[in-house]
Order: sequence, then C-alpha cells, then structure tokens
Amino acid sequence: MILNKTKEKLLEWFFLAFAFLSNIFLLGIVIVLFKEGLPLFKDIKVADFLFGRHWYPTFDPPEFGAFPLIMGSLWVTIGSIIVAVPLGLGAAIYISEIASPRMKEILKPTVEVLAGFPSVVLGFFGMVVIAPFLQSAFGLPTGLNALNASILLGIMAIPTITSISEDCISAVPRGFKEASYALGANKWETIIKVTVPAAFSGISSAVILGMGRAIGETMTVLMVGGGAAVIPHGFLQPVRTMTATIAAEMGETAIGSDHYYSLFAIAIVLFILTLIFNIIADLIAQRFRKRIV
Amino acid sequence: MDNRKWREIKQQMGFLALRTSALIIFIILGILLYFLFVRGIKVINWGFLTKMPENGMTSGGIFPAILGTFYLTMGAILFALPLGIMAAIYMTEYAVQGKVIRLIRIGISNLASVPSIVFGLFGLALFVNYCKFGVSILSGSLTLGIMILPVIIRASEEALLLVPNGFREASLALGATKWQTIYKIVLPNAIGGIITGAILGVGRVAGETAPILFTAATFYTMKLPNSVFSEVMALPYHIYALMTEGSHPKEQKAIAYGASLVLIVLVLGINMIAIVIRNYYRRKKKW
Repeated sequence: MILNKTKEKLLEWFFLAFAFLSNIFLLGIVIVLFKEGLPLFKDIKVADFLFGRHWYPTFDPPEFGAFPLIMGSLWVTIGSIIVAVPLGLGAAIYISEIASPRMKEILKPTVEVLAGFPSVVLGFFGMVVIAPFLQSAFGLPTGLNALNASILLGIMAIPTITSISEDCISAVPRGFKEASYALGANKWETIIKVTVPAAFSGISSAVILGMGRAIGETMTVLMVGGGAAVIPHGFLQPVRTMTATIAAEMGETAIGSDHYYSLFAIAIVLFILTLIFNIIADLIAQRFRKRIV
Repeated sequence: MDNRKWREIKQQMGFLALRTSALIIFIILGILLYFLFVRGIKVINWGFLTKMPENGMTSGGIFPAILGTFYLTMGAILFALPLGIMAAIYMTEYAVQGKVIRLIRIGISNLASVPSIVFGLFGLALFVNYCKFGVSILSGSLTLGIMILPVIIRASEEALLLVPNGFREASLALGATKWQTIYKIVLPNAIGGIITGAILGVGRVAGETAPILFTAATFYTMKLPNSVFSEVMALPYHIYALMTEGSHPKEQKAIAYGASLVLIVLVLGINMIAIVIRNYYRRKKKW
C-alpha cells in the first residue's frame, strides 16, 4: 500500500516534468538567442543596431543598422492588418450572427483550409499570380513589394482573426441581445451597438494574435517582399523584413562572425516583439472572459 | 415611418457588407485552389511523383522531396507525440488550478507564438552546431517537433478532457490506482482525439519551411537519405528553391506548380483524414 503511494507520487512528478517541457524549450530558445546574439554588441552599440539606417553586413567595414528591417516588418504587419481585419471580422460576425446553418457549414471549413495553407505555397502564389497582376495594374518595374506581402500576410492572418473573434462574439450572452431587441433595436443595430462592443476585448486580442502571426511569418515575405533593405515609404516599394533577412542571409554567414551574431540579434528583437504581442493578447483575452462570464 | 425605412436600409447595407467579406474569403480560397490545380495538374504524372530530378532541376520528378518531407514529418511526430501526451496527462489528470498550471500554460502559449524562423535558428545553434548532428533529418525533425509540441499538447488535453469524469470515478471506486485508471481507462478512451491531434500536427509540419532552412533541407542531392544524419530535400523547401535559385526560371516554375499542388493535396488530405477520424470516434463514443 505504501509502495503504491510512493509509486503514484513518483509518477505524478514524472508527468509534471513533461508538462514543464514547453517552458524548458522556451528558456532554451532564449538562452541560445542571447548567447549567439549578444556578442554582436561587443563591437556595435545597441542603439546603432536598433536605429542604424544601413544594413550592409557584407561591406568592408560592415554596417549593422537593423532599423530598415524592423520598419519593413512593421509596414507589412500593419498592411496585413488593414487587409485582414475588415474581412476576418466581417466574416466572423456573419458566421456567428447572420449565416444560416448551411452557410456556416461552408464557411467554417473554408477558414480552416485557409489556416492550413503552407506559407511557401502562398509565397509561390504571390510570385506567379499576384506579382504580375500588381506589376501591370500599377505599372511597376516589379510586383514584388510591400503590398504583395501585405495581401499574403493578410490572407494568413484572416483564419486567426475570424476563428477567435467568432468564438468571442458567440460567447456574448443572449440576454444582452434580447435586452437590445426589447428596447426596439433591430438586428443590425444590436450587432453594432451591443454584441460587437461586448466582444470588443476578445476581438482585439484576436487581432493582436493575427499581428503576431504576421510579424513572425517568414517564407511569404521572403519570396514576395522584394528584398530591399531600405526604410519603405509606401506599399508599392520593396521591403525586407527581419524574418526574411535571417532566412536569406544565415546560409552565407560564417559561425562566430559579426554577421552571424547580428542575425541572432535580429531574432532577439523578433522574439521579444512576438512575446509582447502574445502577452498583451493573453491579458486582454483574460479580461474578456472575466467580463463575459 | 421614414426613420424606420432608413433603419431598415442601414440594416440591409450592413448585412450586405458582412456577407461580402465572408464571400471574399471564400473567393480567395477558390482562386488559390483554382490556380494551383489548373496549372499544377498539367505537370503531375506518375513519373513526376516517383522519379529523381533530372538535368539540374529542369525536368524529372520530385520523389526525393516527397520522401524527405515524409521522413522529417514522421521524425517530428515521433519526437513530439509522446512528450505532448505525457504533458497533457499531467495537465488534465494531476494538476490542480493554481500557480504551477498557470506557469505551464504561459509556457505553452508563448512557445506556440515563437516565429518559425526563430525555431530554425534555435535548431541551427543547438542541434546542427552544438550537438554536431549537422544539417540532417535528425536536426530538422527535432526542430519541427519542438515547434509543434504546443499543438500536440493542446489536442491531447482536449481529448483527455472529453473522457467523462464518471469513468475515472468508477475505476477509482473499484480500487484501481490513479495510474491504473489513466492507463487502462482514460487513455484508451481518448486515443481517437489524440490521433486526430497528431495527424493535424503532421499536416502543419509537412508545410513548414523556415525551421528546416538551415537544419535539414538541401536544394539538390543525387542520393536518397541513408541515415538520420543525411541532409534531405523537402517539398516546401523545394518549391522555394525552384523559385529563387537555378538558371532556368521557366522550367523550374512549372515544376514548382506541380510540387505546390502535391504539397497542398498532401496537407489538405492529411487534415481531412484527421477530421474523418474525429467524426468516426465521435459517432462511436456517445457518452
């Protein structure tokens, strides 16, 4: 009997160790990024790295100003949100409030299939279909630019925004809506003035998660961004994001060179940004759950 | 009266806008699938699927890339599935609400949000360089496995939670220990959901490119992998490389269409299998 109890206790500890694996891997990632990224700052000031305007890692002397890359990431992330929020949120409201059960059965799998689309295939699609279209539509030398990347990232962010927003909108208690109808509001007024505001914090958490997904996305922006490491001034210009820079340049660096360290330093910035997005989204989502329940 | 009419018009316009946004998403997916199918299907035949690439990637098949993706995916699942199931067992069967479980959840949620390219760098520094596994199936599988761990944990957790508490109580009441209950009652009843989660994980891993860029993938190799330390070709990386490297863009683009279609059919097919299995188990198990 006592033996059984020890055995049970041991098993509990055993499983607990596995439960902490995610934290351990997360910690491992942090350690690796800092160990391989921080040596850069022996030679270069942090401010020069974050706000330097020239990314010339292979010049002599090299320059490691990551500002254009950070701005590139922010541009396409904002662009993707402009594409994804109206479509994703509109679809979420439609699915949860208006659509017939049959429409739901069509739309929900549509969103799921879109979520499962490999990013490299979307990038390929951007290169062979969207780029030529943009090129002729705007009379550009190339269709590989921030707009193309924003469209694709927007398509990738839609499933995140739609499915989480839809959950939140569906979670708004029926009493809220019934009270609104009782006061004489019609369905549209109820959606706009009662349901969506009640789900607002949940929706914003969905949008932030979508942004996190967009800023961390690599293959699409690498393939359709156009690759110029300059601060973009408009959506029709080529961009180079942090993720694309890491992916494009890591293969050519020597381990232990400043260039190698600098790519890990970019990854630190990227990691911290997505961490912040995720934490904010989590906090907002928690507040939403407390207010609704 | 006028006011009511105006409100009705506004409602109709609002509904139209919502309906349109849903329709646009549907059309986007339609266009994506249409282009990939129509242009991809021309390239695909039996030889394309089973032959080696020829003439410097300008003709021949994509067999090594399909095989490489199969190895990487299987490796990742073999690594992540046991770990994920055991983590989920703790979360659903042992944990009590409190600080410990909150800490674990924070870990899972943040690991899930780490960009895929960061996993790639992690795998490069840890597995390829530090552990000296080199650019190999092993390094790539481990990197991909860590990346999908959160997906596997969440799916397994959901599956375990679906097992009614009455089952556990009945088993404990008969004198079984907690472990016996988990092993003999909870796990067998949750297996359908766990398999579904694993298959969804496979679908996700098969399409990933960024984590294998520096850990496993190579554009061109004449020999098939012969051990876990071999570097491999992989479908998603092959598409990327065909579009960005080499000197015959036109021929390579055609092959990329074919490879994209194969990848899409693979990923969507895997997801569909997962859904069929889920529905099968749901129908079988009516508690």
